[in-house]
Amino acid sequence: MSDFPKPKPSFIWSEILPGGAHWSGVIRRGTVLRLTDLEGNANVAMLINNLEVKNERYNMPDTLKAQKTAFLTAPNMCFSDMGRVMCSIIADTCGWHDTLGGLSNASLVQKKYGIKTYQQAHNDYFKNAYDSLLNELGKWGLNASDVVPNINWFSKVRIEDSGQMTFVPNHSQAGSTVDLRFEMDCIVCLSTVQHPLDPNIYYAPKPVELSVSKANPVLADDPCRKHRAENERAYYNTKTYYGENPNE
Amino acid sequence: MNKQFFTENRVVYRAVVAAGDPWMYEVKAGQYFRIVDLEGNQAVDTLFYNAQDHSERYSATDTIREQGNIYLTTGSVLQSNLINPMLTIVDDTCGRHDTIGGACSAESNTVRYAIEKRSMHSCRDSFLTALGKCSCNHDKPMTKADLSSNINFFMNVPVSPDGHLDFDDGISAPGRYVEMQAHMDVLVLVSNCPQLNNPCNGYNPTPVEMIIWQ
Repeated sequence: MSDFPKPKPSFIWSEILPGGAHWSGVIRRGTVLRLTDLEGNANVAMLINNLEVKNERYNMPDTLKAQKTAFLTAPNMCFSDMGRVMCSIIADTCGWHDTLGGLSNASLVQKKYGIKTYQQAHNDYFKNAYDSLLNELGKWGLNASDVVPNINWFSKVRIEDSGQMTFVPNHSQAGSTVDLRFEMDCIVCLSTVQHPLDPNIYYAPKPVELSVSKANPVLADDPCRKHRAENERAYYNTKTYYGENPNE
Repeated sequence: MNKQFFTENRVVYRAVVAAGDPWMYEVKAGQYFRIVDLEGNQAVDTLFYNAQDHSERYSATDTIREQGNIYLTTGSVLQSNLINPMLTIVDDTCGRHDTIGGACSAESNTVRYAIEKRSMHSCRDSFLTALGKCSCNHDKPMTKADLSSNINFFMNVPVSPDGHLDFDDGISAPGRYVEMQAHMDVLVLVSNCPQLNNPCNGYNPTPVEMIIWQ
């Protein structure tokens, strides 16, 4: 058996996820998950749960409030609902990732693109992000109550002063990457279906590459920890959760 | 939905919720639900569930995306996670309400303010107190997993086009109210916010009045 794809030398493993696919797995503390938008205009809907205490999960309001931002980029951290850091954005060539637009669902996809069933199209059938994530959550004993406001990597939704939400097309370029250093052992669920506000009238979800490498140690002057006092306190809480000296 | 004129003889329920208290009650389809900010500048953290099936619940992201605007006011349709209309805001003397700021918790207070603030009273503790005592959930107990992103009635969380988000002074005032009509029987879960560390309720939590009428 020598047919498995070989990861690039710096990666522990890597895998290409086609457009419209869903995926879940464990990303360990101390590793970096790199998402690469291979062709441009990808969207990766993500939910994150703690592997050990599964009802601890990514919390959009806590993440945004603590960092006074309505979108994600480096050096933001993704906070859980328990005051801890799940992952840190240590590098980002895209610049803006959406946290407000939510997920497509079956009725939205049908209204926008029509119907294409598995029987008609085999694996090119039209999928939606809500059902896709429900499918992956179910594999870990999680369910619909765990579908909370998610992250949409590589998508940009601008908010006007009036509150109006505007999807910015052609935002992510081919080759854009975002590097997430995981600070907890997490279950990560993904869907590569198009963003629900993407104005493209065609169902054309894009592939992404997942690649995992070993993280460098997190130092006291780490830019994510130092970004705001809130980030340092959330990192402190994460250290105490793992029984480590939080002042190191 | 059409706004009906409020009269006392159509009131079926009325209660004052003290500052920092939880409140849980069922509003039937067709009924109107009014929250009055009695003294002004109070934040009312609110979640809605389909009373027949609690797994269907208010969804902040579906609500704002379907209306194309992050603020809630008259005409906003509050959507469930299945994108079904749960309630429509039919009257609003405040102007706008937040649904992306979420609810404070003991844990988030340690992050936002100081590690020592953990013991202070918080909204998610109020939510869990209400769920823990609720007689409506014997078949399928509701838990922390049922707490998704809530509405903050009367709260002001402006976002700018460059993506900056902030908590500002409230835009409410004594006696201002928001009123909505239910499209389905909804279980309402409220924390009348006890937050003392930011201006969401003017550093001074105050009571609100809940009125249900038909």
